[in-house]
Amino acid sequence: MVEFLQFTLSGLSFGMIYAAIALSLVLIWRGTRLLNFAQGGMAMFTTYIALEVIRHTGSYWAGFLVALAAGVVLGAAAELTVVRPALGKPELNAVIITIGLLILLEGLAGIFYGGQYRSFPAAFSVVGLRVGSTPLGVSRFDVFVALAVLAATLLLAVGFRYTTAGLRMRAAAFNATVARLSGIRVARVITVGWALAGLLGALAGVLVTPSTFLYPNSMDSIFVFGFTAAVIGGLDSPLGAVVGGLLLGVVLSYASGYLGSQGSDLTALVALGILVVVLMLRPDGIFSGARVRRV
Amino acid sequence: MTTRSTPRVLGAALVTAVLIALLSIKLNSFRDYQIAEIAIEVTAVAGLTILTGLSGQISLGNGAFMAIGAYTTALLMLHLNWPFYLVLLFAAAITAAAGAVVGVAAARLHGPYLAGATLLLGVALPSVAYAYTGFFGGDQGLDVNFTTPSFLGVNFPLTRWEAWVCSAVALVTLVLLANLGRSRVGRSWRAVRDDEVAAALAGVNVAAARVLAFVVSAACAGLAGALLAVVTGLVAPGAFTITLSIALLTAAVIGGLGTLPGAVWGSLVIVLVPTYATDVATSHGLSSSVASNIPVAAYGAVLIIVMLLFPQGIQGAVRWTLGLFGISPGRGWRAADIPDALSAAGDPPAGDPPAANQRRPASPEGSSSGNQ
Amino acid sequence: MKRSNRLRAPAIAAVAAAALAVAACSSGSSSTPATGSGSTATSSTTGSANAPLTASAPGITATTITIGSHQPLTGPAAPGYSEIAPASAAYFAYVNAHGGVYGRDIEYKYLDDAYNPTTTATVVRQLVLQDNVYAIFDGLGTPTHLAVESFLNAQKVPDVFVASGCDCWDQPTTDPETFGWQLDYIREGKILGQYIAQHFKGKKIGYFYQDDEFGMDGVKGLDYEIPKSMVVARESYVDTNVNVAPQVAALRAAGAQVVVSFSIPAFTALLKLTSLKVGFSPTLVVSDVGSDPITLSGLLESFAKQGGATVNGNSLTNGIITDGYAPSLGDASNSWIALFKKIHDQYDAKAPFDGNVLYGMGVAYTFVQAMLKAGRNPSRADLVNAVNAGLPQGPLVAPYAYSMTDHDGVTGAYIGVINNGVITQQGPVLVTDTTATGAITSYTGTQPTAPASGIPAP
Repeated sequence: MVEFLQFTLSGLSFGMIYAAIALSLVLIWRGTRLLNFAQGGMAMFTTYIALEVIRHTGSYWAGFLVALAAGVVLGAAAELTVVRPALGKPELNAVIITIGLLILLEGLAGIFYGGQYRSFPAAFSVVGLRVGSTPLGVSRFDVFVALAVLAATLLLAVGFRYTTAGLRMRAAAFNATVARLSGIRVARVITVGWALAGLLGALAGVLVTPSTFLYPNSMDSIFVFGFTAAVIGGLDSPLGAVVGGLLLGVVLSYASGYLGSQGSDLTALVALGILVVVLMLRPDGIFSGARVRRV
Repeated sequence: MTTRSTPRVLGAALVTAVLIALLSIKLNSFRDYQIAEIAIEVTAVAGLTILTGLSGQISLGNGAFMAIGAYTTALLMLHLNWPFYLVLLFAAAITAAAGAVVGVAAARLHGPYLAGATLLLGVALPSVAYAYTGFFGGDQGLDVNFTTPSFLGVNFPLTRWEAWVCSAVALVTLVLLANLGRSRVGRSWRAVRDDEVAAALAGVNVAAARVLAFVVSAACAGLAGALLAVVTGLVAPGAFTITLSIALLTAAVIGGLGTLPGAVWGSLVIVLVPTYATDVATSHGLSSSVASNIPVAAYGAVLIIVMLLFPQGIQGAVRWTLGLFGISPGRGWRAADIPDALSAAGDPPAGDPPAANQRRPASPEGSSSGNQ
Repeated sequence: MKRSNRLRAPAIAAVAAAALAVAACSSGSSSTPATGSGSTATSSTTGSANAPLTASAPGITATTITIGSHQPLTGPAAPGYSEIAPASAAYFAYVNAHGGVYGRDIEYKYLDDAYNPTTTATVVRQLVLQDNVYAIFDGLGTPTHLAVESFLNAQKVPDVFVASGCDCWDQPTTDPETFGWQLDYIREGKILGQYIAQHFKGKKIGYFYQDDEFGMDGVKGLDYEIPKSMVVARESYVDTNVNVAPQVAALRAAGAQVVVSFSIPAFTALLKLTSLKVGFSPTLVVSDVGSDPITLSGLLESFAKQGGATVNGNSLTNGIITDGYAPSLGDASNSWIALFKKIHDQYDAKAPFDGNVLYGMGVAYTFVQAMLKAGRNPSRADLVNAVNAGLPQGPLVAPYAYSMTDHDGVTGAYIGVINNGVITQQGPVLVTDTTATGAITSYTGTQPTAPASGIPAP
């Protein structure tokens, strides 16, 4: 029973990380109908920047905030320099460009920071919390991770729904031409969307890197599962991203835990199984909107 | 129209085959090996460019199909003693069957959902080899033995034979795909890609067309995987990471999505650029971590720059250059005709249709399909 | 009006041919393939000390010896392992600066394969067929090197001191060119297993191992020595999934009091951190591969700093039991450590002086030993024969197994405990073989001291 509890809670805490990556992908998809394959790479790069700040100032929170700021800057810069010129061209071009950006960032990280493992601190203690004498399998830091991601989701959902900026973003994504006619600066809105996604990615980076250690490829497999979570939840739905992430994290945790030594190998296959099942039933993800065109 | 152009395609293929044979004799053994590598990539990328460019289904998991072809080859050669050409055909058939399964599962998926599903397929399938180590050899993989046939004599270099075999398979694949693209099947793919609803109304069996595209693409990848197995001599899961699938898609798009010459250009890029960049970087006395990462960063930069400069891929640039000299090759399937494989083509979800300036109307077909 | 396809097909052919021609002309290099065995020039292993230096084999000129390797310099396997080749290069630079090998400089050309066997096959063919290296040295990785083992043996290129503990390099009949160097994982499992069986009688043992040949061979060795009844859990991990909480929770649920870990350093650290999370504090026994105290401290340092105190990652590694087949880095009185530290500070100062650097220098020293034994004008066969005739013990704590019938490297290790960031040896060096019933005995010899010049005697 304790085992089950520990599997569930640790699955949820990893699921929160997948949710954070999924959220940033959803943000970019809603804004520009693009898949940003460099999301994980950007998160890795901002985490390196945070680590340098932490080493020089000794303050974790300074590094944390700088990482978020760097995420904003990097996201906006990526959109302005490499993605903007590709809009209006075949969409797969932008995908290849983001793949190129990912590889470029990994190479640059290796050049500037070296390819060795670096330890990245956690905001709070990683010692497990207990109820009485039973260890729960989560630590204060895991709780912080969950709260941070949930807060980000909430802010995003509220922002989209209730603020004018959110309204502008939704309008620009719905129909850019009409939005322009209404006076919305679509180009700026898109840049803001990428900047926000960069912030979310940077957040995911500092939250997960204590567990993965920092090296140029550290975010690669996290990105794959984050993308899977976004697809499971539906790429148009922030809530879907969170639900998809949590679902994925928990099921993978059970697979590793209960399937014995084969379970760790089959993790990816289990994830594929979940994805296939969900997409069979709902081809646009769990929280997709109703499909219009039927013949 | 098909009967008119087949001899020309065959002629071109024969000329290319002779040229490759001559080159393989002139160049050193390592260059022969690179010719084999390029031919393997061409075979796989050609299948992918058909799938993504002609039938509009993005696939980030063709590396998994290559793995299936490679493992089938290794297992057949290990347990049964079939001649190589038979193994090759069987590997293609098995992979085609797998492609049918994936195609059926993916038939209702579009755009990023299809991308996500195929991405995870590319990540997950090789891990089967880790889980069943007795049969698949685990992370150490399975050995494959490949030798030159006796009729060539003892002194014929193995790498040249590998170059010939791989180039022959690549050329045959290209010829077959060229004809397929020009045929009714190809037209039904383009129709399904451009507007599924209209295609269904016109009598095209949409699901069958989509599944067939996966089958063809998987067969090509299976062939490529089989060749990879015999050329490298080892089939291990570490050779079929997601990097391979992404490289295939990169090659297809950079070369010119949906065009067969594009498959050649793209393969040249992904095989030669990293080697060249490594040669350049190591010739300067830089520290190891810097020197080894410069090729990585350079490759990423090359991808970005090429895509920005040549939005229609390299083949698009080639056509444009030829157009400057007044040479206008036949229309075939121009990349310009290809709408976005990523967006939910023909099936926008309610509330968030793709931005208007990103959709292009389906173009009328070129002359190659004639006035049917 | 019909638009013509006329020029399309020939255009494709012409452009394809042009592309291939461009490929042929780019990055030009020698076009003489290095096929077959080494040169037929007779070598003089007992020639006079002043015999002129000749180009006695591919890769050997009057002034240089060129050797090649494949290493994971980028990609997920790069952290840690990418330090090894630069360390070897540093040792070779030292040797070159002090007279070289019979006056020849060693040029070490190592190429990145990103731990992908397909890339390994390509870069090794480039080294052998285009760059004409004399030998392949210290090829790293089991699946990667397996991809080129048959090729190298077919080409009769010496394939010395593979950087992997697989016992698959010990196949003198089918792969006579290939030799191992480091302690193989089965031997290591046996040595650790015997220690556990003797010192933790009656306790519950759990296995935590990487799900590949490294972990599985280690477990094989453990199982040869640890009675099955003692083992209560066997949990494996894959290095692409950092969430090991389920495995650790399962180990805890099974009640394991001692956990034996065949893990790479990152996952040893994760095992430790996750154990803190699930409230699990077993005795840890870790393979040499994953126990380098400096690497572990580096990975764990961010976590020990919490709570305000400036404790470094050392405290989290105290008490870890491990094995070692090279002298402990903390043993400053050891002549080999002193020598390699001196060379490191001069030629490889940017890297931390850790287990990977020690490995790189140790295997490079062994190569120079073998080259000196091969003679003044060696052929490729001379190098293989030199190793087959056995190499004297060098920087490692136990003798090598090298002979005509055995291509395994070092045969044993000592048990050690990590305290304050260094491994302290406990007891004698133990040597054994890879069979289920082969005995584990104490090695009664002593490690020779390092030569004062830092270069092996010819």
